[in-house]
Amino acid sequence: MYGRGLRALSISTVAVMALALALVFFWAPLEAEQGFLQKIFYVHVPLAIVSLCGFVAGGLLAIQHLRTRDPRWDMRSYVAIHMSLIFGVATLITGSIWAKGSWGHWWVWDEPTLVSFLIVFLLYATYQPLRFAIEDPERQSRYASVFAITAGAFVPLNFIAVRASTAYVHPRVLGATSNLPWQMSLTFLVSLTAMTLLFVTMCKYELTAKHTRAQLRALRRLADRRSGTASPAPRSGRSAAPSVHATAMTAPPGQGPKAR
Amino acid sequence: MSSALLAELPALPLHEAGKYVAGAYTVLFALVLVYVAIMALRLSRIERDLGELLEREQAAAAEESEAARRESTLV
Repeated sequence: MYGRGLRALSISTVAVMALALALVFFWAPLEAEQGFLQKIFYVHVPLAIVSLCGFVAGGLLAIQHLRTRDPRWDMRSYVAIHMSLIFGVATLITGSIWAKGSWGHWWVWDEPTLVSFLIVFLLYATYQPLRFAIEDPERQSRYASVFAITAGAFVPLNFIAVRASTAYVHPRVLGATSNLPWQMSLTFLVSLTAMTLLFVTMCKYELTAKHTRAQLRALRRLADRRSGTASPAPRSGRSAAPSVHATAMTAPPGQGPKAR
Repeated sequence: MSSALLAELPALPLHEAGKYVAGAYTVLFALVLVYVAIMALRLSRIERDLGELLEREQAAAAEESEAARRESTLV
């Protein structure tokens, strides 16, 4: 189910990423002030945008989970936040590298955009421990959804607050692309598309892998039941990942098992 | 030859900033590579589990057919 269209998605991701890299290094003009260093812009900013949008998407998927009580939405929300965290780590590292090259420091504490991103990242870094701390899977998914919605609402608020309040030290991107030469704007948009595709592909791979494992577990249980051998415990200890039964993941929307 | 090729590329002025740009893009590729490696590990685990399950089921099926054959010869 989750693997449908994965091949086409993977091929388009690789193609668009290759195109983005070609545009960045062989076509986009050098920026007047920063020169070659500005090429980091095409990887750092799309990473940050996709990461923040992923956090918000996690919140929206969590709303759907609370509305329907369908565990598949919790799984999607979990995967979106998990991937956004990975993209967030990459954003922080590439940002630090850019800061070092541009300002001579790995981190600047009085720069609101950097610090606000770090705050959002640290907020979401508590998502996995929160899930892990709750043993009961029903409560775990419910509390995690509430967290995802609250934190997801905080992301755009934080973004708006920072933009409204500040000093124009950090390069502005959204709303300022019109100031860029068209070659740079186009390259940036292609890079953003590539990063979005990468995010979606990785999420889809993650969901497919989890789905396949759930199906395999279900198959093993069926085989055990048929042969009359005792089925091993489905899970050893608690886990931060949502526990979704294979039937819940394959059932049509609205027909999966509901949490209470 | 590669240095000659690099010298010909107009958009790659690999001066001071080059190491930072290379570092930033390496982070992205490392991210993708690590993810692919994790997926490969998961896939091999699934393949192993599926193989075990298949082996077990084949053995059970063979046992069942053997028992059925014995039963029919007894009758």
